[in-house]
Amino acid sequence: MSITAKSETPKVADAVAIRSWKMPILLGILSLFSVVVFIILGPSGTATFRISQDTDAWQVPDLVVPAKAVGALVSIIAVALTYLAWRQTRDSGKIAKWVITSFSVVFVIGVMVWIIGGTSTQNITLVGLFAGAMLITTPILFGAMSGVLSERAGVVNIAIEGQLLAGAFTAALVASITGNAYAGLIAAAVAGVLVSVLLALFSIKYVVNQIIVGVVLNVLVSGLTGFLFEKIMKTKVDGATIYNQPAHLPNLPIPLLSEIPIIGPTLFRQSIIGYFMLILVAALWFGLFRTRWGLRVRAVGEHPKAADTVGINVNRTRVINVLAGGAVAGIGGAYFTLVAVSSFSKDMTGGLGFIALAALIFGRWNPIGAALAALLFGVAGNLQSILSLAGTPIDGQFLAMLPYALTILAVSGFVGRSLAPAADGEPYIKE
Amino acid sequence: MANDHIDLVVESGQIHSLLGENGAGKSTLMNVLYGLYSPSSGQILVDDVPVSFSGPADAMAAGIGMVHQHFMLVPVFTVAENVALGAESTSFGGVLNLGDTRRKIREISAQFGFDVDPDALVEDLPVGVQQRVEIIKALVRNSKILILDEPTAVLTPQETDELMEIMGQLRDSGTSIVFISHKLREVKAISDTITVIRRGKVVGSAPPDTSTTELAAMMVGRAVNLTLNKADATPGAETFKVSNLTVMNDSGHRLLDNVSLSVSQGEILAIAGVQGNGQTELTQAVLGLHKHVLGSITLDGKELVGKSVSQVLESGVGFVPEDRQDDGLVGELSIAENLILDLYKKAPYSRGGTLNRSAIAQNSVEKVSEFDIRAQSPRDAAHTLSGGNQQKVVLARELSRPLKLFIASQPTRGVDVGSIEFLHKRIVAERDAGTPVVIVSTELDEVLELADRIAVLFAGRLMGIVPGKSSRALLGLMMAGLSAEEASEQMQSQKESGTTGETGEGVQL
Amino acid sequence: MSGPEVNKPAEEAAEPSSTPTSTSVPGAPGNPGTPGVPGAPGSPVKPEREGGGSQLVREIMSGNAMISVLAVVVALVIGGILIAATDARVTTALGYFFGDPTATFKAVWASVSEAYGALWRGATYDPGSRTWKGRLGIFETLTFATPLILSGLAVTLAFRVGLFNIGAKGQIILGATFAGAVGFLIELPPGIHLLAVIVAGAVGGAVWGGIAGFLKARTGAHEVIVTIMLNYIAVSLVLYLLKNQLKDPNSSNPISPRMHESAMFPLLLGPNFRIHAGLIVAVIAVFVVSWLLERSTLGFEYRAIGANPRAARTAGMLVSRGYITVMLISGALAGLAGVTQLAGTEKILDSDIAGSIGFDAITVALLGRSKPWGTFFAAILFGAFKAGGTSMAINADVSIDIVAVVQSLIVLFIAAPPLVRSIFRIKVARRVGANI
Repeated sequence: MSITAKSETPKVADAVAIRSWKMPILLGILSLFSVVVFIILGPSGTATFRISQDTDAWQVPDLVVPAKAVGALVSIIAVALTYLAWRQTRDSGKIAKWVITSFSVVFVIGVMVWIIGGTSTQNITLVGLFAGAMLITTPILFGAMSGVLSERAGVVNIAIEGQLLAGAFTAALVASITGNAYAGLIAAAVAGVLVSVLLALFSIKYVVNQIIVGVVLNVLVSGLTGFLFEKIMKTKVDGATIYNQPAHLPNLPIPLLSEIPIIGPTLFRQSIIGYFMLILVAALWFGLFRTRWGLRVRAVGEHPKAADTVGINVNRTRVINVLAGGAVAGIGGAYFTLVAVSSFSKDMTGGLGFIALAALIFGRWNPIGAALAALLFGVAGNLQSILSLAGTPIDGQFLAMLPYALTILAVSGFVGRSLAPAADGEPYIKE
Repeated sequence: MANDHIDLVVESGQIHSLLGENGAGKSTLMNVLYGLYSPSSGQILVDDVPVSFSGPADAMAAGIGMVHQHFMLVPVFTVAENVALGAESTSFGGVLNLGDTRRKIREISAQFGFDVDPDALVEDLPVGVQQRVEIIKALVRNSKILILDEPTAVLTPQETDELMEIMGQLRDSGTSIVFISHKLREVKAISDTITVIRRGKVVGSAPPDTSTTELAAMMVGRAVNLTLNKADATPGAETFKVSNLTVMNDSGHRLLDNVSLSVSQGEILAIAGVQGNGQTELTQAVLGLHKHVLGSITLDGKELVGKSVSQVLESGVGFVPEDRQDDGLVGELSIAENLILDLYKKAPYSRGGTLNRSAIAQNSVEKVSEFDIRAQSPRDAAHTLSGGNQQKVVLARELSRPLKLFIASQPTRGVDVGSIEFLHKRIVAERDAGTPVVIVSTELDEVLELADRIAVLFAGRLMGIVPGKSSRALLGLMMAGLSAEEASEQMQSQKESGTTGETGEGVQL
Repeated sequence: MSGPEVNKPAEEAAEPSSTPTSTSVPGAPGNPGTPGVPGAPGSPVKPEREGGGSQLVREIMSGNAMISVLAVVVALVIGGILIAATDARVTTALGYFFGDPTATFKAVWASVSEAYGALWRGATYDPGSRTWKGRLGIFETLTFATPLILSGLAVTLAFRVGLFNIGAKGQIILGATFAGAVGFLIELPPGIHLLAVIVAGAVGGAVWGGIAGFLKARTGAHEVIVTIMLNYIAVSLVLYLLKNQLKDPNSSNPISPRMHESAMFPLLLGPNFRIHAGLIVAVIAVFVVSWLLERSTLGFEYRAIGANPRAARTAGMLVSRGYITVMLISGALAGLAGVTQLAGTEKILDSDIAGSIGFDAITVALLGRSKPWGTFFAAILFGAFKAGGTSMAINADVSIDIVAVVQSLIVLFIAAPPLVRSIFRIKVARRVGANI
C-alpha cells in the first residue's frame, strides 16, 4: 500500500480549536493606544517631514500633514484591522499576513506623525534621521552579522558586545600608534577574532555552556580594555595622550548615487566600513542560501550529526564561522573609534552588542532580516537623540526601550514565530 | 564495551543480516564501519585492502553508505538539499547547482520506483519516504556497500515488504547490503547470510533457513520460553472509558482521530501499532499532558479531560512512560528520590512542606528489595542504573499506591531478558489484582504475550479491537491501515486463493 | 569485487574506556541534549528542547574544590602578568634585560607584589592605614559581599531549576527603585519603614523576574534573551522615573533624593565602617535558600524540573508554575540585593545603582557551583576583590578593572576543568567526559 501523505492542511474546525488570541489582543491594545494617544491626546497643527537637504541637487518638496487628522485616520484603520484580525481568528484560526503588515505600517506612520507633531518645531529632516541612524545601525549590523555567522553554525554568540569593544579599543590603539586608520581596521578584525578564539576554545573544545562563555567574555573584554585604557591610553607623552588619537577613516561619497534623496546621504556617503557593510549583508545572504558553504553551515546548525554523517567536519565549520564572526564584529567595533567618534572610552559600546543580538533574533537569523532590524533600531535610537533636544510627547527613554521590547515580543511569539537554528547552543561531541 | 573482537565478512552482491537483541552492539559495530566511532583495536578491509576511517567521509569514499536508525536528514532542507549535502555539485565560486542533484534523484527514483519529489521539504514527508531519501543519499554517492540500521522499526508491515523488495533489487544490481535487525521474520525472509551478535560478540553465523527457535536461542543466549504462564482474564466492570478522543498538535494536525475504547477491571488491553501512529498521544491525553484534546476520558465515571497531571495521578492512575530516561526518571536525582517523584507531597514523605528524609530512605530500602533493583545504594543517582533497573524503579514507584488504572508504554524497551520476565509478571499481577491495565507496545511479541484484547492504531485512528489471541497476519494488516473487518476479509480471500503472504505466521517467538 | 572485511584481531585487548555508556557525556545517544531526530509526521510533537537547561545544571554542579582553588590561582597569575607587563618600571628594566636580567625580575616582583599586597591589605587588614575603615578592610569586603550574596543566590536558585537568570541587573534596579520610592517618598515610623522598604524591594525584583518566568512558562520565550532585554528596559525605565516622579528637585542630574534615616539599614559597627544590617538579611537568605533547595518539597520540585522537566511534568509537577515561582523568588532575591545597595550603601538612587553587581552575580553563582553556601563564600571572595581592588587602585596605581579580568578568568577556568588540569598536568582516572 502506498504511504499516505500527511501534509494535508488541517481542517478549519481543528485550526479554530487551537487558535491563539495573542495577535488580536496585541493589535487591540495598540489600537486602543492609538485612539487614546493619537486622537484624544494628539497634537494639533501639522507635522512636517523634510525630505531634501538644502544642499541637495534634486529638491523634493517637504511633506506636510495635519497631525490630528492623520492620527484619527490611523486610529480608524487600526481599529478596523483589529476587528478583521479578531474575526479571522474566530472563524479560521488564522490571520492573513497583509492584515498584520498593514497594521504595522499604519501604526508606525501614526507614531511618527504623533511624535513630530508633538515636538516644539513640528518638523523633522528625514535625511538627518536616517543618515544619523547609521551611526547606531552600523555597529549593530556588524554585530548582528557576527551573530548570524556563528549562530547559523550552532554556536550561540552572547559575546558580540565583547567583540565590538575589543575591536573599538584595538582600532584606536593601533591607528594611534601607526597613524594609519586602515592598519587600525585590520587590527580591530584581529582583535575580534581573538575574542572568538576564546569563544570557540571554551564552547567548542571544552564544551562549556555557550551562554556562560559569552557572558564571561563580555566581562573579560570590558575589564581588559578598561585596564589597558587606564594603563596605556591615559599615559601622557609630552603632555598628550598619544595612544588614544586614532587616525580617521575618510568618507568616500560615491558620485551620483550619493545625490539620491535620503538614500544617498544614508548609504552612499560613508567610509569604507559602511560600504563593506552593504557588501557583507548581500554576500552573507547569498552565501548562506545559495552556495555550498551556506548549505553546509546551515546543516551544521540545524542537525550537526546529519552533517557529520555526510563527511562535514562539524566542529571545524563551527570554529571557522565563529572566528569569521569575530572578524566581522571587530570591524564593526572599529567603526566606533575610526568613524563615529575620535577616541576610545571605557565601555563605549554601551550595550549595542546586545541590541545586535536583539536585531539578530528580530531578523530571524537571516542577514537581510537582521540588517532591517538593525536599521529600525538605529532609527529609533537616533530619533531618541533628536527628540531629546525638541520637547516631545514621548520620553526618549521609551524609544530606547523599543528594540528590547520588540525582541521580547518576538521571542514570546507575539510577532510571528522566531525560530533559532535547531542546534543553536548545542555542543557537538562525537562519541 | 559495546563490541568485543568481532569478525565479519560481507560478500559482494549479498544481503548480510546482523541479528541481535536491542543493545547487543549491532549499531555500534556499524557506526565503527561508517567511521563515526573509532575502534580501539582491529581493522577494516575493503576489497581486501586495509582502510582506516577517521570519519564518515573516508567510509563514503571507500564505498560504504549507511541508512541510520534515526534518519540523518535536516528537516528544514528540501530532499535535493539533503541529498546534495556533503557532495554538492557547484558552479563557479561554490554556488550551488541543485539541478544536477534533482536530475540524479529523479533517475534513481525512476529506477527503483521511488516516488520522491526533490523539492519537497523533508519535514513534510512521511517516514517511509524519508527513508527512501536516505537510500537515495547513499546511492548518489555510488555506495558499493549499504548498511541499513534497523530500517523497519518505523515502518508498517506493508512498507517493510516494499523495503525488502528494494533491497532485493539493490542486491541484484550488485550492491552489498548489511541489514541490521532484531526481527527474526524479516531477517529470515531477506538474508543470504545471518550473523548473530550478543553482548558485543559474534555468537555465530547461520544460513537463512535456520529455524526460528534456533536463531532466537542464539540471539538471547539460552533457549527462550517467553510464553508467560498467565491465566485467562476475568474482566469485571468497565471502569475506564475513552470516547471520541481527538488530539491535535499546535498546527492543527490530528495526531489521534476520534478514538473510542474501554477497559475493564482485571483485563489487559494492548495498544498495538507502528511507532508514531498516535500511541504516545493517547497516553499523553489520558495523563493530561497534551494541550489540544477533544472528547472524553472517564475513570470510574469521573472525567479526566481537562484535569492536570497531578489530578489524574491523584485519581488513581499509574503511568509508565514510553521513554523512561526522558519522562520517567530524573537521572541526576537519587534512586530514593526517584521512587517518590510523584508522591513527594504526600505523607509520610512530606511534613508541612519539608521532606521527611527518613521516610524516603525507608521507602527506598523496601522498594529496592521488593523489585530486585540492583543498585549499590539507593542514594546513587538514577542514571547510574542499567536500563532494566531504571524501568524497575519506575514500575516500583507507579505500583506503590492503590491504582484504578495502570498504563505502561513500551514497558520492556531496551531491557535485558531477565528483567523482561520480571516486569511482565508484575504487570499481570496488577491485572490479577483487579486493575484495568493498558499496555502500549510496538513489539508484536509483547502485545501477543500480555494482551487480553488488542487495539490497533494507525495514523491516529483506531483500526479495531480484536481478541488477544489474534493472528500476526491480521494484526499486521490492521497496523497497515485496514480496519478489523477489512483485514479479516482479506485474510479470508487470501486463504481461498491459497496465497499466504509474507505477513503470515512465520514466527512464533 | 571481493567483499569488504571487518577484521578485529584478538591480540590487543580493547580498552575499557571505549565504552560509550556514560550518560554524562553531553550529546551522547539518549541524552536529552542531543538535537531531535526529524520527527515522523505522524508524531510531530517535538521533544521539548530543555536539554540545554539540565545540561547546564549538571555542568555547574559537578567538579571539585581543587579545580576552584587552582582556577583562582591561574587567574591571579595571569592578572599578575598583565600588571607587570603594563608597569613602566618593568618595561624600563626590560630595555636593558641582557645587561641586567635580575633587574627585570626584581621589577616584576615589585610590581606584582605591590599590587597584590595592596589588594590583600585592602580586603583584610592594613596596619598602615590612617582611617579605621582603611585599616579593617575586611568589613569593606563584607559590605561589598552583601549584595553579591543576595544576587548570587538569585542566579543560583534559577540555575537549579534549569533557568539562566542573566537579569539580576534589571531586578536589582527594579528592587532598588521600588525600595527607593518607599524610602524617600513616604514617611513611616522607624522599623516599619525599613521593613516596608525591604518588602517593596523584594516585590520590585520579583515583578521583573516574574515577567521572564511568566513568558518562559507561557510562551517558551528563552529566559536568557528576555532577561538581557529586561536589563536594558529597566535602565531606561529608572532613568525616566529619575527625570520625573523620583527626581531630586534640588539636583539637575537624574538622581533621587536621599533616603529617610528610618528607611536605611542600621550600620553594624558605627559610622567608621560602611558595613550594615543588610548583611544579616543576606545571611538569613542563604539559610532560607539552602533549606528551600535541599529540604523542602518545593525545592524537590525545583531540582526535578531543573534536571529533567519532562519527567517532572509526567510526575504531576507543574513545570510552568515552577518556572514562574522560581523567577519570582529569584527576582525577589536580586531585588533585595538592590535594597541593600540602596538602603545600606548608596542611599541615593541613580541609574547605575546595580553597577556591575548583576553580572558579578553570575560569576559568583558559577564559582559557588550553584550551591547556596558555595555562593556565599564566592560572594565573600569577590567582595574581597572589590574592596582590595579599590585600595590597589589608590595605593599601587593598578586600575580596578583588573578585578573584572581576574573574576572572568576564574569563571572560565572553573567552567573548563580539563584546561586547568592540563595547565597543572593533573592526571585523572580516565572517565570519559564525566567531568565536563
